[in-house]
Amino acid sequence: MRYLPKSPTERHEMLAAVGVKSIEELFSSIPERFRLREALKIPGPYSKDRASENSSGYTSFLGAGVYNHLRSVVTDAIIQRGEFLTSYTPYQAEITQGTLQAIFEFQTLMCQLTGQEVANASMYDGSTATTEAVLMAERLTGRQRVLVARSVHPEYRDVLKTYAKNSGLVVEEIPFAANGTVDAKALQSALKDDVAAVVVQSPNFFGVIESYAPLAEFAHAAGAMFVVAVAEGVSLGIVRPPAEADIVAMEGQSFGLPPSYGGPFAGVIASREKFVRQMPGRLSGQTTDSEGQRGFVLTLATREQHIRREKATSNICTNQALCALAATVHLTLLGKEGLREMAEQNLSKAHFALSELEKVPGVRRTFDMPFFNEFTIELPRSVKIVNSQLLREKIIGPLALGTAYPELTKRALVCVTETTTRAEIERFAGALKTALQRPI
Amino acid sequence: MNTKIKKASRHTNQSEGLIFEKSSPGKRAFELPPLDVPAADPAKALGANHRRAGIEGFPEVSEIEVLRHFTRLSTWNYAIDLGMYPLGSCTMKYNPRVNEFVARLDGIATEHPYQPQELSQGCLKIMRLLEQCLLEMTGMDAITLQPAAGAQGELTGLLLIRAFLEKQGNPRKKVLIPDSAHGTNPATAVIAGYEVENIRSESHGQIDVEKLRHLVTGEVAALMITNPSTLGIFEQRIPEIAQILHSKGALLYMDGANMNALAGVTRPGDLGVDVMHLNLHKTFSTPHGGGGPGAGPVAMKKILEPFRPVPILVEKEGGRLVLEPVRPDSIGRVKAFAGNFGVLVRALAYILAYGPGVRQATEDAVLNANYIRKRLEGVFELPYSLPSMHEVVFSDAIQKKNGVSTMDIAKRLIDYGFHPYTTAFPLIVPGAMMIEPTESESKEECDLFIDAMKAIAEEAATKPEIVKTAPHTTRVRRLDEVGAARKPVLRWKPATSRSEAAD
Repeated sequence: MRYLPKSPTERHEMLAAVGVKSIEELFSSIPERFRLREALKIPGPYSKDRASENSSGYTSFLGAGVYNHLRSVVTDAIIQRGEFLTSYTPYQAEITQGTLQAIFEFQTLMCQLTGQEVANASMYDGSTATTEAVLMAERLTGRQRVLVARSVHPEYRDVLKTYAKNSGLVVEEIPFAANGTVDAKALQSALKDDVAAVVVQSPNFFGVIESYAPLAEFAHAAGAMFVVAVAEGVSLGIVRPPAEADIVAMEGQSFGLPPSYGGPFAGVIASREKFVRQMPGRLSGQTTDSEGQRGFVLTLATREQHIRREKATSNICTNQALCALAATVHLTLLGKEGLREMAEQNLSKAHFALSELEKVPGVRRTFDMPFFNEFTIELPRSVKIVNSQLLREKIIGPLALGTAYPELTKRALVCVTETTTRAEIERFAGALKTALQRPI
Repeated sequence: MNTKIKKASRHTNQSEGLIFEKSSPGKRAFELPPLDVPAADPAKALGANHRRAGIEGFPEVSEIEVLRHFTRLSTWNYAIDLGMYPLGSCTMKYNPRVNEFVARLDGIATEHPYQPQELSQGCLKIMRLLEQCLLEMTGMDAITLQPAAGAQGELTGLLLIRAFLEKQGNPRKKVLIPDSAHGTNPATAVIAGYEVENIRSESHGQIDVEKLRHLVTGEVAALMITNPSTLGIFEQRIPEIAQILHSKGALLYMDGANMNALAGVTRPGDLGVDVMHLNLHKTFSTPHGGGGPGAGPVAMKKILEPFRPVPILVEKEGGRLVLEPVRPDSIGRVKAFAGNFGVLVRALAYILAYGPGVRQATEDAVLNANYIRKRLEGVFELPYSLPSMHEVVFSDAIQKKNGVSTMDIAKRLIDYGFHPYTTAFPLIVPGAMMIEPTESESKEECDLFIDAMKAIAEEAATKPEIVKTAPHTTRVRRLDEVGAARKPVLRWKPATSRSEAAD
């Protein structure tokens, strides 16, 4: 087998050196009757395989937490360097300064983007980052009620509920108002002095941008932490960051990571310096070596499971380091101007798409509020039926919101990024018009 | 330089500051295609309240500067691609490049998790085949691929156990964890709502079965066991341990971090294990990437199947695959979307490259560990003498007499061209030296490692200072970790900006 570097002779030599006659002897500690006598029934050996039946050749208007953005080939060239790809967690700082400095740069970029003071080396994704942000708020406040806006990504809320179930956390959902933003009145009446965190997402799951200031004020007045989830990081190139938040939980997929059918991505937690000792996950910190040179180490490890065991702030060990590196390279390539321009293109294309779709008879905008690259429309008939007709035109239509929000049947979440061309938007509007003209 | 150092020699590496320090306004490394729709006015579209001015401090550099910056940083790392990485418990094996190629194919990297399932059959088939291969290797009945890493797999496994017991009327209170376990085990048990009861190993490093018999009460939900243990020793009485738990209605969880010792040789399901996770970034060769991403599928016996996280991959008539979102008894979701799919793809490519021949990899891994053990026995103290599987744990007891610790020896290994072994672990061995060579090392590389370890042992005896102050050849020397933790500097800040410096 080409992955194994030993010749039969070498195996013999090594067995002789160990002092055993056969390889079987080395497995003698496994009780005889549990040792497999037959080969495993798994296919192979193969040298290559391919996935068929995929979305090649289709134009997609899906977002909802996973976004198609332009990526430079440079990012992939860097993260495929063996020195990054095949290196372990940088516990041995002297020979992992590359990874440690890159993490430090990632932490800095995440702080700059989110308007926060500290960020960690990554969480699994936006869903677990949001969950860990809530658990962090629980530790900081000593309270166990959590108010989560229903306009937070449904899968993020699902993950939060799974984690909360057995740790005594009570998760309550706050409805959205008619304009798609968090229902501030409902939030205010639910806020008592037992609330650990108020969690909102912006742009929210319907694409609507929330106003942070009043929500943060309500939360803080009740002594609760204000947690903001960001599912579409590119928005931060042009939309004011959640500086009022105590903790920001972000999905980093938009920063140079392909959709990959849902992962691997990179979750981010950013917060205030004063809360750092309750943060989950790894942190790279700047220090000096015995000769006074600048260097980086994993620091504040007394929060983590390998030191604190059952008293750790989280059980996370393996994170999404290589994805975080990809995000670091990607954002460095984009730079200040590139990220702004990318964000502006998303804004322009989405607004153009809305105006084209609004021209289609029967199509109406659902929430008349500022949005970034996603918006909700209402169709005169079932989104699923319309989407199956669009599929024949090689268009993957917008996400039907009725599945996760029964009150939003016939509503669809449209996503348009800088990768969507004007021609594709116009073709989509045209195909939608045709689909809606067909008799039911 | 010590003439015994055969693997490494000195070389220059370039200095490089932080990317933020290289920034100069107006430079850029990425160009977008021209906008083909009317430009929206951000102030109007977003409103003044929501509009952001520029991002202060964000880098502005050219493409070659970005490429050189990260390439230079990369040269400061050690990696499997450079040589043996004997980190015990981490299974640092070769990461085949074809797996990287496959994960980037159109139709795999390009797929959106919400696209219609009729367009996702390729992705779902990959998941299905991986499920089948992992079930065959573990001897289990059902599996979930959703967890993003080993620790999340542990949580999923314990939540399955909890849901199963709850359904029977009582989730119970405690989880038993041996003192040799990974730190993630106790940290996970707490999130699952359990108290942790640590159990001590007996003198040979195995679980004390007689004591266990007394500890397993009606309050105990499960025992979390690592097999082989973190001492690299197979828990010989595991079928009996399973029986003890089952007789009291408790379940046996196996941390599969050390599956590289077992794949193709024995199956945890046959041994009585009820639920286990696999670290695809260990046994199944997906790259560690400086700390992740991984994937932590959880395989289980039939009794736990109804509680699996949603969505569930189901095969319909005609072989059509669907992800079903609803199961009444499910523990819920542990992660958004379909797990770390790109990692699953790589693991499947690895398995298919071997086919049933994966047993040979296991044999070579065990052979390498035993070869190193045999040749270093006597040079270093072997605290537990039971047979080693895929890794061997020595201690620094001999060298300690001269004031040289496992950490010193580990750091000196760097000068000899190797990554250190694991030092901080397992906690039950003072001064542990945990060595896991994996199957990817040739006899030549193992011999070089053995020579290096012997040379360091000699240095520890004759000139300990050189070991205690190692490494001597790295870009930076030992770093001030205490200072880093006391006054944490966790981000770069522009030196000139007063408002930033003040916060």
